[in-house]
Amino acid sequence: MEGRAATADELHERRLPGWLLGLLPLLLIALAIGTFVALDGPGIGERRGPPAEEIAVERAKLEPGVIELTVRNDGPDAVSIAQAVVNDAFTQFSGAEQPIGRLETATLRIEQPWIEGEAYEIALLTSTGGTITHEIPVAVATPPNDLSFFGLMALLGIYVGVIPVALGMLWLPWIRRIPPAWLRVVLALTVGLLAFLAIDATLEGFELAGEGSQAFGGAALVLLGGVVAFLLLTGVSEWLRERQSGASGTSLAMLVATGIGLHNLGEGVAIGSAYSVGALALGAFLVVGFALHNTTEGLAIVAPIANLKPRPARLALLGLIAGAPAVLGAWIGAAAFNASLAAFLFGFGAGAIVQVIVQLSPSLRDDTGRVLHPRTVGGLLAGLTLMFATGLLVSV
Amino acid sequence: MAELTRRRLLAGSGALAGAGLLHQTIPHSHPWEHEAKAAEHAHAGGSDGGHAAFRGGETVDHAANGFSPHELLRDFDWGTTTRLASGRVLREWELHAVEKEIEIAPGVKIEGWTYNQRIPGPTLRCREGERLRIAFRNASHHPHTIHFHGIHPAEMDGVPGVGAGQIEPGQSTVYEFDALPAGLHLYHCHVRPLAEHIAKGLYGAFIVDPADGREDADELVMVMNGFDTNFDRANELYAANTIPFAYMHEPITVKRDELVRIYLVNVLEYDLINSFHLHGNLFHYFPTGTSKTPSEFTDTVMLCQGQRGIAEWKFPYAGRFMFHAHQSEFTELGWQGFFEVT
Repeated sequence: MEGRAATADELHERRLPGWLLGLLPLLLIALAIGTFVALDGPGIGERRGPPAEEIAVERAKLEPGVIELTVRNDGPDAVSIAQAVVNDAFTQFSGAEQPIGRLETATLRIEQPWIEGEAYEIALLTSTGGTITHEIPVAVATPPNDLSFFGLMALLGIYVGVIPVALGMLWLPWIRRIPPAWLRVVLALTVGLLAFLAIDATLEGFELAGEGSQAFGGAALVLLGGVVAFLLLTGVSEWLRERQSGASGTSLAMLVATGIGLHNLGEGVAIGSAYSVGALALGAFLVVGFALHNTTEGLAIVAPIANLKPRPARLALLGLIAGAPAVLGAWIGAAAFNASLAAFLFGFGAGAIVQVIVQLSPSLRDDTGRVLHPRTVGGLLAGLTLMFATGLLVSV
Repeated sequence: MAELTRRRLLAGSGALAGAGLLHQTIPHSHPWEHEAKAAEHAHAGGSDGGHAAFRGGETVDHAANGFSPHELLRDFDWGTTTRLASGRVLREWELHAVEKEIEIAPGVKIEGWTYNQRIPGPTLRCREGERLRIAFRNASHHPHTIHFHGIHPAEMDGVPGVGAGQIEPGQSTVYEFDALPAGLHLYHCHVRPLAEHIAKGLYGAFIVDPADGREDADELVMVMNGFDTNFDRANELYAANTIPFAYMHEPITVKRDELVRIYLVNVLEYDLINSFHLHGNLFHYFPTGTSKTPSEFTDTVMLCQGQRGIAEWKFPYAGRFMFHAHQSEFTELGWQGFFEVT
């Protein structure tokens, strides 16, 4: 029996080409769906029950006399916005004349003589009588997206990203002089700093995901971003390892810089968007806070290359890779903020940092091969504490 | 584009309406036909005259609704009368409860619960001392009653568990009692959950004229109501006679120096109070209309749910005068209108 069955299988394989065997399950699925539709199975065609209206307000732009809302249809059904109410009064508006289809966006220009510093609640009345409400806690004119504004955002990004990281890298001469055992403590400190950043970015990502359109995955975006970043950076580091036979200090520093750069991209987005909606007051206190907070990131970049003698140009490049994305992030956040995109970027940054931690951890090993020995534990805790303390200065 | 004022807008729409009448073969036109043309104009001009208004200054499709707030204003249902053996007048009406889709704001449709396919239900009008008989048929999918305010026997009170109790879908009953006392009353459904049964539209005005009548006047009925369209037990829309901004869109025309009498009934659910305020004038106010002596001469009265009263005044000046709830929130959510005094 066995022998005959094997012959039959062989015959089958000979007769059918390989690609067809690969497609077979898909064809069967298509056939099954076709049969289901032909028999008018339940759930085919019009959905039962009242329409589900889900609209997310993705962006609110304020200009004199007008509140402009960009909304996205998150739900399964098209939504018709019939009327608009601002602070319990019907008001005139343009836009969304046609029903908004699934995942489509519409821009509503609502006429409202709003007053700076006051709160506004906008309710959009749909064709079924449902309401979509959006709150503007403090009305502030949205800065126009002109050249000077982008210049300001660039300056902000440099303050928050580039300068602190560059300052932190000035610790390099000091790190070179300390004995190896203490260098491990410094490395543990940077791992602690990074761990804090990863946690902080993930939580901030979840918060943003809650605000954004849920149709794109909501909180899952943060985790997806993290996994994607982790895998990408792992791939890059393995590729570098193959070329250079072993993770050298320079490639490790490059990876750390890239990871921090991706994190600063997300941070830039948050800052840019907060500034553009008037939620961020720029002051010396905040700039100092960010400087202290992000200076520690510079330390993390130079710690792996303490025993090498990199050229100043290379150091500058590392600093730019780590810090400059904050500028790009600020531009994105200010000009085209999208909570879902920002959530993904925060997850992406967190994933990158986790990958950096994985890369750094072997450097913590002491002579007996332990990663977590009393000194490194002390360093890790000190890193977390330092980030927590400086983070208190910059709660946006 | 030159600003199109309300006055010019109305003049324009009036001319259009007149032209339309020339072509009409049926000697009967509905007010909503005029309104539709006014709406086109308002939209073209993009004018809300600086007041809160629906998008583009539009209004609802009154023809599809089957009733217009302008028709309801002066629509008194006297029923049919016969003489009893004793010589008394027997006045009869037929009311049925039925669900009906209503366009409550332009582009916003809700399922209303109605008496005789309109919200508010018919304004039932009779004379003090008559015998009243109301045949009620429940043609809806939910149990309902008609609970009248006034003086009547317990079994005619239209509440569950007393007399005929609640009338199940497909069932009927007859409410019969004497028209007492003279005044302005109301009727509404009294089935649990009460707030829902009232808020969805099961109510109407009930007028008992005094045996010796009232002074001749241009009489109007305003049932102040609101609608909770998203089921959060708060109203999204406010109005007199159901359609928000209807009397802004097309003012109520009255004559200068002629007595105006408003039968004002508040049925507003969910909000604690409602009010009526008149611009450029004061009115004599007769709470519940049970006395012929006014309680005050004022321009603002406040009413809780179920409260009602009669307001009387004359306009000494021609022109356009606003009336609205003096809760600004209700005003700008629809409960405002104009009198056009000519």
